[in-house]
Amino acid sequence: MPHILVDHLRKTYRISERDPGVMGALRGLVQRRHRTVEALSGVSFALERGELLGFIGPNGAGKSTTIKILAGILRPDGGRVEIDGRDPFADRERHVARIGVVFGQRTQLWWDLPVGDGFDLLRDIYRVDPQRYRRTRDELVALLHLERVLDQPVRQLSLGQRMRAEIAAALLHEPDILFLDEPTIGLDAPSKLAVRDFVRRANRERGTTVLLTTHDMHDIEALARRVIIIGHGRVLADSPVEALRAQVMAERRLVVDFAQDAELPERVAGARMHSRDGQTLVLDFDPAVTTAPALIARIAATHAVEDIRLEGLAIEAVIARFYAMHGAAEA
Amino acid sequence: MTPMPVRELVRPYVAAFASRFLQMLQYRTAALAGFGTQCWWGGIKVMVLAAFYGGASMAGTPMSLAQAITYSWLSQGLLVLVPWLGDPEVAQAVRTGAVAYDRLRPVDAYALWFVRSAGWIAARALPRVALMAVFAAVALPLAGLGDWAWQPPASLAAAIAFLASAVLALLLSTAMVMLLNIATVAALNERGINALAGPVVIVFSGNLLPLVLLPDAWQAALLMQPFAGVVDIPARLYFGLMSGPHALAGLGLQCFWIAVLVALGHAAMDRTMRRLEVQGG
Repeated sequence: MPHILVDHLRKTYRISERDPGVMGALRGLVQRRHRTVEALSGVSFALERGELLGFIGPNGAGKSTTIKILAGILRPDGGRVEIDGRDPFADRERHVARIGVVFGQRTQLWWDLPVGDGFDLLRDIYRVDPQRYRRTRDELVALLHLERVLDQPVRQLSLGQRMRAEIAAALLHEPDILFLDEPTIGLDAPSKLAVRDFVRRANRERGTTVLLTTHDMHDIEALARRVIIIGHGRVLADSPVEALRAQVMAERRLVVDFAQDAELPERVAGARMHSRDGQTLVLDFDPAVTTAPALIARIAATHAVEDIRLEGLAIEAVIARFYAMHGAAEA
Repeated sequence: MTPMPVRELVRPYVAAFASRFLQMLQYRTAALAGFGTQCWWGGIKVMVLAAFYGGASMAGTPMSLAQAITYSWLSQGLLVLVPWLGDPEVAQAVRTGAVAYDRLRPVDAYALWFVRSAGWIAARALPRVALMAVFAAVALPLAGLGDWAWQPPASLAAAIAFLASAVLALLLSTAMVMLLNIATVAALNERGINALAGPVVIVFSGNLLPLVLLPDAWQAALLMQPFAGVVDIPARLYFGLMSGPHALAGLGLQCFWIAVLVALGHAAMDRTMRRLEVQGG
């Protein structure tokens, strides 16, 4: 049996609405209007222990809802979830003892308590053995560079410091599964790198299963081996990151800077002209038809070239195209 | 599975209570400001009561003026026990969505909030009642205002019964605050609930006026209703107005309402959490 089994998961929300303006507000006093929004309409996947899975999808696609159901916070309206054979909602207390969760946009540490006191409180709430706790905490503090913030109240931390403290807080009880909901949102580059590096190590060295949602494709490229794309409450794709890239886009891009005063070619055999800007020419080509060296040789033989850059399409472009293909972009 | 030892079982709750209690104790300015306000209102209440006792024929009154004055100081000192506000930490958690994290702790969600709210109430009550005792029981007599002072309890037995009752009052008050907390979660906003709760609990707890001074025909009903256990029953025990078997009945009544309100709150919380929708993000 798989570690995590998600089978035809459904969840709907009821949303109150009213027309804008004074009349709308008055009408709302008499007659309430509700609309049902289907957040998940049949999501299924399975996960083995130690996997690192990335969830991506446009805003409102159902990523966070899926995580909240897996974490036992929300009750699904239909379908089945089993994590190590347990139903997360029905068996909540035992389930949550084995998971750690970080919501990038919320804080689980107590605002007015120093970080270290918050950690100690979590130790008691999770009933962690004090010796074991000290070892885990010291290790996390060292890896996430938290030495200097331990005695600062959470409200005084920078976002980067807070997020590192949040991740440590989620791992103090050494969970089997780590859920990360947009853990790098709003972070600066060094903090993002630190978070990614840490998550990778937790997955590789401790074997922690990681489920990650993000809008930052660099998170996916740096971390995940497998990616699930969610749109309109459905799984649109479930594949290795590399396969996804290949499936959607068998296209490369060559950017050529020509020498000053040099003439630019009108067309290049085997490639499509994407754009030209001054002395720079952007060409798209299919590597299955023409190889990059052949293309470069062809251009350099006849024109004075100053610089050449070869680009794989950024995964962001891949995803945007994928969303468009499936009509998944947010309405 | 072997059952968990009791110490491990209660460890999260003890820690959560202690953490909130110690954190709230640090707000010295709030305690002083609250104390100042409560002295001011206490003074006004004492003067109104004196005018009331002086003007009417008070033969057969169940409570003497000296007791009524002491009652006013006591109830002002214990003002924060009166459950007219939901826990602001819960209200904030609802607004920020951090309420989701409380669902992630491997403990009983109701009990976790209960102990945190109890810590919040206890930490505000203790410094205020201590300051009030120093002011009304020590400073006033020294200033030659002995007639207006806070009098000692009727007897040692009354003092012990009062202390037990005060602890029960804390639990009862917390159970009521929990209902406000849960209503806050269900309504996603605390303001309406707090506005509704205020007037009801201030009158029926006996904070505004000792319940024995209200009309005789209502006495039985006033004593039986749950809010009496927050201020009025502890005060009756303090004055020895309830003693012996009556004292036990008073404590029993508090326990009864604690049990009822906790059961109600627990069920309401389960229901609310089933319907909880943590949207966005």
